[in-house]
Amino acid sequence: MPESATPSRPGCALVTGASRGIGAAIARALAREGWPVGVNYRADRAGAEAVVAEIEREGDRAVALGADVADPGAADQLFGALESGFECPVLVLINNAGISSDNLTPSLRDEDWTSVLDTNLTAAFRLTRRALKPMLRARSGRIVNISSVVALRANPGQANYAAAKAGLIALTKTAAVEVARRGITINAVAPGWIETEMTADVSKVLLAEVPARRAGTPEEVAACVRFLTSDEASYVTGAVLTVDGGLAA
Amino acid sequence: MPAVTSEQVEARVIETLASFGPDQSSITREATFEELDIDSLDLVELAQVVEDEYGVVLKGEDMKELKTVGQSIDLIVARAE
Repeated sequence: MPESATPSRPGCALVTGASRGIGAAIARALAREGWPVGVNYRADRAGAEAVVAEIEREGDRAVALGADVADPGAADQLFGALESGFECPVLVLINNAGISSDNLTPSLRDEDWTSVLDTNLTAAFRLTRRALKPMLRARSGRIVNISSVVALRANPGQANYAAAKAGLIALTKTAAVEVARRGITINAVAPGWIETEMTADVSKVLLAEVPARRAGTPEEVAACVRFLTSDEASYVTGAVLTVDGGLAA
Repeated sequence: MPAVTSEQVEARVIETLASFGPDQSSITREATFEELDIDSLDLVELAQVVEDEYGVVLKGEDMKELKTVGQSIDLIVARAE
């Protein structure tokens, strides 16, 4: 595609947890769509900077932003940095940052529960709340929450993760209907088994349950996120798009 | 911060409400939000404008009590003092 075909955007995008895996693929996909992208990371600064460098090599814009989204001040910090750095409102938010701390429920510790809920659900709420201010004013915006197939189909050992990811779906639906009349869409994407560091130890037995008989790629998830952030998806809101090779079907 | 005048607040509130759709001439102090077809999301946006401009934080429970344009102006002026 010639460089001039990349649309100029009236705002910028923030992808949390974008130093690797699905988040990095989403950041690259949105940058290719012309969005200046904030590439958030918590610990993997080198990974985030590599994603930024890759985007810049393509002639697009990105910046690495360190912050632990579980920190209550992270939303203002990240949005402030993007609004002043790119001098534009954040009109696309991808709540992707997630952690897991697996254990069967009888062995699940309070800290396993709290840390996973804080990062995977509460942070998404705070970022969504902050994002809606400029989006309401702009009468435009796209939020995509990265949920999980385990919100829809039980996976032993992940009660905390599944509860957080199911909570994200409820947050998605409720917030979506609240702001739908302002041209803002909020959707969830529910990936199944995707080849990332997070799922590196997923057993072959579990993969055999996937109708597609293979794991997905971060790019296959990013393609769906890209669609949901596009103008073409303007009438899609409050939806959950599974990207799971048929696992939840 | 210098105290804001009631006239300044009134002008800003009317301008903001007009941006939500109703005809500016219909936005009087006596007009109710219901008559103007100003909904709860509009009031959330109004509260953001007020917070940004006057540093006055209007909570959800404050907004629920407001029925008329005049009531909202009076509340903002009182809080800004």
